[in-house]
Amino acid sequence: MALTKVFTRPDSLRDLDFHFCPGCHHGTAHRLICEAIDYHGIKKKTIGIPGVGCGVFLYNYFDLDVCEAPHGRAPAVATGFKRVLPQNIIFTYQGDGDLGSIGMSEIIHTANRGENITVFFINNSVYGMTGGQMAPTTLPGQKTTTTPYGRDFRTEGYPIRMTEMLAPLEGVAFAARVSLHTPSQVKKARKAVLRALDIQLKNGGFSFVEFLCACPTNWGLSPRQCIEKIDKEMLQAFPLGTYKDRQGS
Amino acid sequence: MSERKILRGCVALAEGAIAAGCRFYFGYPITPQNDIPEYLSARLPQVEGVFIQAESEIASINMLLGAAAAGARAMTSSSGPGISLMQEGLSYMAGSELPGLVVNITRIGPGLGGIAASQGDYRQATRGGGHGDYHLIVLAPNSVQEMYDLTIKAFYLADKYRNPAMILSDAILGQMKEPLSLDPPPLVLPEKPWALTGARGRKAQLIKSLYLADGEMEQHNWHLHEKYRRLEREEVLVETDLEEKMEVLLVAFGSCSRMVHSAVELARSRGIRVGFLRPVTVYPFPRQALREVSREVGKVLVVEMNTGQMWDDVRLSLYPGCRAGLLARPGGGIPAPGQILAEIENLVKAGDGIDESVYQA
Amino acid sequence: MNRIEIRDESCKGCQYCVIFCPRELVQIDKGRINALGYNPARFVDNPDRPCRGCALCAEICPDALIEVYRKEKGRS
Ligand SMILES: Cc1ncc(C[n+]2csc(CCOP(=O)(O)OP(=O)(O)O)c2C)c(N)n1
Ligand code: SF4
Ligand code: SF4
Repeated sequence: MALTKVFTRPDSLRDLDFHFCPGCHHGTAHRLICEAIDYHGIKKKTIGIPGVGCGVFLYNYFDLDVCEAPHGRAPAVATGFKRVLPQNIIFTYQGDGDLGSIGMSEIIHTANRGENITVFFINNSVYGMTGGQMAPTTLPGQKTTTTPYGRDFRTEGYPIRMTEMLAPLEGVAFAARVSLHTPSQVKKARKAVLRALDIQLKNGGFSFVEFLCACPTNWGLSPRQCIEKIDKEMLQAFPLGTYKDRQGS
Repeated sequence: MSERKILRGCVALAEGAIAAGCRFYFGYPITPQNDIPEYLSARLPQVEGVFIQAESEIASINMLLGAAAAGARAMTSSSGPGISLMQEGLSYMAGSELPGLVVNITRIGPGLGGIAASQGDYRQATRGGGHGDYHLIVLAPNSVQEMYDLTIKAFYLADKYRNPAMILSDAILGQMKEPLSLDPPPLVLPEKPWALTGARGRKAQLIKSLYLADGEMEQHNWHLHEKYRRLEREEVLVETDLEEKMEVLLVAFGSCSRMVHSAVELARSRGIRVGFLRPVTVYPFPRQALREVSREVGKVLVVEMNTGQMWDDVRLSLYPGCRAGLLARPGGGIPAPGQILAEIENLVKAGDGIDESVYQA
Repeated sequence: MNRIEIRDESCKGCQYCVIFCPRELVQIDKGRINALGYNPARFVDNPDRPCRGCALCAEICPDALIEVYRKEKGRS
């Protein structure tokens, strides 16, 4: 009996090996976004804007127009793009240091203006590219290269929950947190990515998807242990769900 | 078909931007440049343009980066502290070869400083200002007419060289009302095949400043360097008012050059043979012109509203043997023509050669 | 027969596919080291519990290396 190919790489994702470490979920996020771009048939009008972090090389992998942005400023760059090209689809792709620390001002104000763009937020609870320092999302007690004794909330504060912060803003049409650590969560994540871009296509306003991701290298864990850590620790600190969907579905 | 009007400098500049086809403005309030965003917030919607009051100058410059990468003529304006905040973005724009206009209606620094006119940002403007090996294209108007004309010119140069341009002005020129003729050149927007508009009908493309492969960055910097050399060869603008057998040459830029030119005329009325040279582009600096003129004259007096920033460029340019003194006002005061005249007379009396010293007016 | 194809020369041996295959049909090939320096994953079908074509392995592979082929009709 003939076999049908039922799962393959999306067309928008170039046939190139990722530079990511083994078990890093950046790759999964890349694939889901490309799948959604293919699904919506928007490859020829989509422009991607990666932040600075392990995701900066997005331009190597996505077969789209891509513009680099300074660390944390991708939402402002995206604003400039969208105002010039309102018919195009504009997304940013930012890590937690990029978006939740240095770029906190840009993300809040871009969301609050209700810019009709989509933001993909990679929360791996550390600074990946620079070698595993504390991020604003680092869990209490988590050891990083700058919290060698574990993050102490008395001096270093608590993990910032971006999705919960952004969802109440009037300008935000869609805000969801998903995880990439099991196949069933990946399937839910796919839906959120599709929905976020769909909202932009319908001029619905600002859409935001936070992905819980592993950084095996800087967590010092095997990929297998990472799945456990996400399941036991990350999900507690960062509850999954759709926090806002203004248009309903 | 030229139209005569009386406008404030900031408004003339804003109209120059509109005439240049700029339809996108991003900025954050700061004195003494608020006339520009306030005017454009009303004016841009009339021409289907976009005005955004950004949350900070950091956001402003990065919105400009995005709009420029999308192929639009776009601008921001600010002053002192705000321009400092923009430096990272400017460095990225230069590194990614993106055109765009940044207006600096300067105030006095360092720090919060003061809001009176100053030329203390000359070094930041002409050296690049941010990190790395780059320059902005910097034009320094000295009249309301030039606030208009040079703004149009700045957009043109920025696109031609794919490099951010700056108008370096100050509160005097920004607030001053003068008659001007609005006589814009025909608007021809250049093709921008490098712009990112979605990969329709062509391959996907990329705008970036990150080069990690062996030797790539060095090659990129040589490429940028060649662009700056070309600017220095082809785009220098300088105004001169020279005489035969000059005893002293005065050099000044921007608003300050107006007082200096008045002093030159005063000196001439007293029989002193004085020349005048004004860099209109402060980057590229009119090095060659200055070298040639200074060959004919032994003494130069630089007058600046800072502690002698352009003075450095002047001394690097002079013909060997020619010396330059400095009359400096770094605190918001404007050198009066009478003070400048007194200094000219001192120099003439000083005989051959002068001390390269700072005169505090 | 349903089956998967793993682009094993690009595999980083993270084992996610091994962990999530409900029929334990993906293994790490300890006897091989690919050009990237990893022991790659390998598909070993088992007639007693054959591949369902569920694509869970492909879904979880962070490097998008797995293609899934399914019989056109029926399930096994
Ligand atoms: C202005 C500035 N400061 C610091 C850096 C250095 N830097 C590069 S990436 C990064 C953090 C990356 O972490 P994150 O955003 O969480 O992304 P990840 O690498 O974890 O995906 C930092 C601090 C920079 N490039 N620019
Ligand atoms: S350092 Fe962390 S975030 Fe970066 S590629 Fe490796 S695993 Fe992924
Ligand atoms: S999930 Fe992908 S990268 Fe990881 S072991 Fe399996 S095939 Fe290799």
